[in-house]
Amino acid sequence: MTSLPHATNKKLGLVIDLDTCVGCHACATNCKQWNTGGHMAPLTDKNPYAKDPDGVWFNRVHSFEVKRGKTNPGLTVNFPRSCLHCENAACVTVCPTGASYKRVEDGIVLVNTNKCIGCKLCSWACPYGAREYDEDEGVMKKCTLCIDRIYNETLDPEDRKPACVLTCPAGARHFGDLADPDSDVSKLVANRAGRPLMPELGYKPTNSYLPPRARRVDGNDIGAENKLEAVSPRRGFLSWVDNMLSR
Amino acid sequence: MTVEQTPGFKFRDAHAEEDNVDLSPSLGDEVKYTTCYMCACRCGIRVYLKDGKVRYIQGNNNHPINKGVLCGKGSSGIMQHYSPARLSKPLKRVGERGSGEFEEIEWEEALEIATSRLKKIRAEDPSKLAFFTGRDQSQATTGWWASMFGTPNYAAHGGFCSVNMAAAGLYTIGGAFWEFGEPDWGLTKYFMMFGMAEDHDSNPIKIGLGKLKKRGAKFISVNPIRTGYSAIADEWVGIRPGTDGLFIMALMHELLKAGKVDQQYLVRYTNAPWLVIQDQGADDHGMFARDENGDPLVWSTKDEALKPSTDITTTPALKGEYKLADGRTAVPSFQIMAERYLDEKYAPAAVAETCGLKADDIKRIAAELAHVAFEEEIVLDIKWVDWAGRKQDRMIGRPVSFHAMRGISAHSNGFHTCRAIHLLQMLLGSVEVPGGFRIKAPFPKPIPPTNKPTGKVDHIKPGTHLPGMALGFPTEPADLLLKEDGSAVRIDKAYTWEHPLASHGLMHMVIHNAWKGDPYKIDTLLLFMANMSWNSSMNTSKVIEMLTDKDENGEYKIPNIIYSDAYYSEMVAYADLILPDTTYLERFDCISLLDRPISSPHSAADAIRYPIVEPDRDVRGFQGVLLDIGARLGLPGLVNDDGSPKYPGGYPDYIANHERQPGVGLLAGWRLEDEDGDHMDCRGPANPDQLEKYLENQSFWHHEFLPEHTYYKMANRGYLEWAHELGCVVTKTQIVFHMYSEILQSFKLAGEGHGAHQPPEKDRERIKTYFDPLPIWYQPLEETMTDLDEYPLHALTQRPMHMYHSWGSQNAWLRQITNMNYLYINRETAAKQGIVDEDWVWVISPYNRIKVQVKLMDGVNPNTVWTWNAIGKRSGAWNLDKDAPESKKGFLLNHVISELLPPRGDGYRYSNSDPITGQAAWFDLRVKIEKASPDEAGETFPQFKATKKPPHMPKKPKILRYGAEFKTHKKGGKK
Repeated sequence: MTSLPHATNKKLGLVIDLDTCVGCHACATNCKQWNTGGHMAPLTDKNPYAKDPDGVWFNRVHSFEVKRGKTNPGLTVNFPRSCLHCENAACVTVCPTGASYKRVEDGIVLVNTNKCIGCKLCSWACPYGAREYDEDEGVMKKCTLCIDRIYNETLDPEDRKPACVLTCPAGARHFGDLADPDSDVSKLVANRAGRPLMPELGYKPTNSYLPPRARRVDGNDIGAENKLEAVSPRRGFLSWVDNMLSR
Repeated sequence: MTVEQTPGFKFRDAHAEEDNVDLSPSLGDEVKYTTCYMCACRCGIRVYLKDGKVRYIQGNNNHPINKGVLCGKGSSGIMQHYSPARLSKPLKRVGERGSGEFEEIEWEEALEIATSRLKKIRAEDPSKLAFFTGRDQSQATTGWWASMFGTPNYAAHGGFCSVNMAAAGLYTIGGAFWEFGEPDWGLTKYFMMFGMAEDHDSNPIKIGLGKLKKRGAKFISVNPIRTGYSAIADEWVGIRPGTDGLFIMALMHELLKAGKVDQQYLVRYTNAPWLVIQDQGADDHGMFARDENGDPLVWSTKDEALKPSTDITTTPALKGEYKLADGRTAVPSFQIMAERYLDEKYAPAAVAETCGLKADDIKRIAAELAHVAFEEEIVLDIKWVDWAGRKQDRMIGRPVSFHAMRGISAHSNGFHTCRAIHLLQMLLGSVEVPGGFRIKAPFPKPIPPTNKPTGKVDHIKPGTHLPGMALGFPTEPADLLLKEDGSAVRIDKAYTWEHPLASHGLMHMVIHNAWKGDPYKIDTLLLFMANMSWNSSMNTSKVIEMLTDKDENGEYKIPNIIYSDAYYSEMVAYADLILPDTTYLERFDCISLLDRPISSPHSAADAIRYPIVEPDRDVRGFQGVLLDIGARLGLPGLVNDDGSPKYPGGYPDYIANHERQPGVGLLAGWRLEDEDGDHMDCRGPANPDQLEKYLENQSFWHHEFLPEHTYYKMANRGYLEWAHELGCVVTKTQIVFHMYSEILQSFKLAGEGHGAHQPPEKDRERIKTYFDPLPIWYQPLEETMTDLDEYPLHALTQRPMHMYHSWGSQNAWLRQITNMNYLYINRETAAKQGIVDEDWVWVISPYNRIKVQVKLMDGVNPNTVWTWNAIGKRSGAWNLDKDAPESKKGFLLNHVISELLPPRGDGYRYSNSDPITGQAAWFDLRVKIEKASPDEAGETFPQFKATKKPPHMPKKPKILRYGAEFKTHKKGGKK
């Protein structure tokens, strides 16, 4: 079994805004194109032009409805899902070979494919379904948080972000150090009540999700009345029209 | 406490050291900048190449459209470029049409086949060529070519897509929704988006919604379906399809009743005060009263006199009845408008049931609009000068804004509904103001734009070009294109009394009409990137029959079909000659200001595409091929006096050196100084090195306006002077918005028997009814002719965002996200019929039936079913396996949509289109659902025989390991 570091210098991760995500899949496909030529290359696709096409993706978007209740009009939620780079990453501790590991420097969970025997214990251990098995190579693959981008000295500093964050058209994805309370991502989490996924399981995910904001379906929500007062028709037709409007 | 904070402690990360990740791998040897072509956005892209292969496509962060982001399609461009569905050589049909049996031929032979046929047509009757393009982004070039050929039968796909949005906008505010304008994303506080389908335009809307969310602006989505953008709306208004117009009129009713209207704005910027002649039965009833110079008159309350509307010293009245010089009376158009919408039939309580909404919600939304527009006014301290030279010391903004989608456009009442939205914006004073809806350069243009359609009978002569572009904007009945016997000049019957303002043509009618020989037979149908035997046609199964139908002599009824496409789309099998196009990374293009702009409200922009990689197949970009054929035909503008080609360098040569007018070419950037050494924006002699300049500037040109020119562009002197210099506007005077449309009234009058140009009796009632100078709402035409108890459900389609406007969902990555489509039904509606999730059902319209699988959902109007469009593929097409889910479980709703309306009393059948513009009314469809029997489950209906594949289609990999070659490990390697 593989040990986790006692602590990490940083907790790099993503903050994903479910109030802004429109479910366009840009993060998923941009991740795919970056990573299929990146550190874990390739992100193999089985039957790409046939029945049952099935490939390796580090990031998948699920759209679902939250059932409406008597007082709540219901919601459609677009939910991007990828590795959460947990502090207590069970996928690491179950790994029999030391292939799965969590980096001390930044907390990123990676797989050393040279050591991976494809036993899939990690994918069983991960409750978030973040592990992606490459049947063709017989090894487990996963989100690297674009480790080959975020420190990449051949890129402009503004481009040293995970591909999913860089490409998100709605700006629903944010990247930073969640160990630093002054970082933009930590502030977002604090201000918008960001929450980890299924915290009760105790894996302490680093990534955080900003929940959909309350819907605003009352005039008071934006300081307006709920209906306009009609100008009394007794004052005459279009009595409110100003007679001295300048051209 | 983190490790770093522990004094003197250094943790050795043995695992990381062992893995030895390469943190700074090179992205390759080259970075090139071009323009995406996977939808209509036309984003800037940065393409990284490694050993000649595409490593990564990133949004260009300097580009005005996408500012660095890239959508799901654009990010899958690698798979689009390397698709095994790519055609590789010109093809000549050898089997029956539809069989997919072709032989490969050389380009010279292909070009000669095309040229000899077209030469004969042009010498005899150029209108025997019908040239229609699909997802064409070069209409400024293809349209010009058609006009040089001399055929009026040209259009792109706008007739079945956008024309209601474009026409309603251009006839009302001189700009339009979609790529012609956008909300002031940075300042708007209240944004309403109407109509389903999450498309035009993709990334700018997503970027904009992200900005609204950041600022906490309220976003309302009025859409029968709660997916995508609607999912993140503060409020989802799940309206009944086709009733948006009524909802909007109820909002206007509420605003007018409360006097919550920006009167100053209406007087300054719209024709609300213009006096309308009230003389029922006269030839000019309902037209504007004008002075001897033709200037519309207003009543100036201060002067107590009639004054020309251009007189800035007046105080124009918005109400009252005034005597004209000839003794007749006239009233301000505002009063007519107010009288109409104040009628109780537009009260929220009166429309609520039809719209499927609550009256209280309509009232509240009206109150919210008024609150934000008038109580949360924005004032920008920007000095500007208006059209009349008056200095203004600030810019007032009404921060409410609107956008509308295909759900508005694709109904037969879409033109009026879209115009109603523009009227609502005018009442709120929110067009071209801070926080409102803003128009993108080179718009606003005069209302409507000044080019009329060409193709009058005397314009079409053997061997002769047209005097102008085929498409344009009629302003009176005299502009219609009719033969002496009243029949249509155009094959699609655009610009006839059936659809007079068909300014994008009616591509959805071309195959039907050509097959039927109505109004006449054609010889050659030339199509580019238009999947007309599949998802781009209504009534697909029947259209397939029309394409293969033969006359008594055994000849195809549509004798000759030439098609250009980069991929083996469904249409390929139905053509006689295939001209294989390139992928978007292998081609030249120009994204011209003469076409649909990529500008923003505060800047003008244009762009190019250029070959990032050379084709590895024997294919050529379609526009270059078109110019080549044009030169072989000796078309004017394409040959020199000695007959030699004018643009021997092909399309790039044409892009840089072709001039439409002196000094005006396809690209505005880096033109040369004129003879006097003056350099003007956008205008000047052609620059042979222009494309080099574009390449140095990441393939785009961008001209940012001064802050004082960025709002009120319709009445902003500085802006209008610039637009005039560029040639966008004919004079520098104000562009007055047409709240009241005299143009529509002129057609109505003709319907009522006035004027020299009279509709035939069969169309008279229709003209009288639907041409109204103010927006009207009517039930979608097909619904009025359908038994609504029998067919209780509306049926709609939209593209998923990751396939919006894209060419080919054969993309290996995108098809993993969606490779079949379900019919989505409201959970409660389904329950009433005992339908459960993933049941198989028949969808039955009055015309046809299809069998599909269903999914239940809550977020859909209970009277509506819908599906994703164009996921269903024909077996054998796109080089997918024959049993791919796209063909076995995917389906097209198109099969149950008719291109014709049901016969009316006298048996006549109109096209299934908007009676004003000819816009295809895809969304008027009504259906019923019946549960399929258990033995019918498992496969959609109809299924089609698989088409054969052309010779030498690439082998498809069973396993795709794209990118493995790019991997750089410092040590070790793959197991």
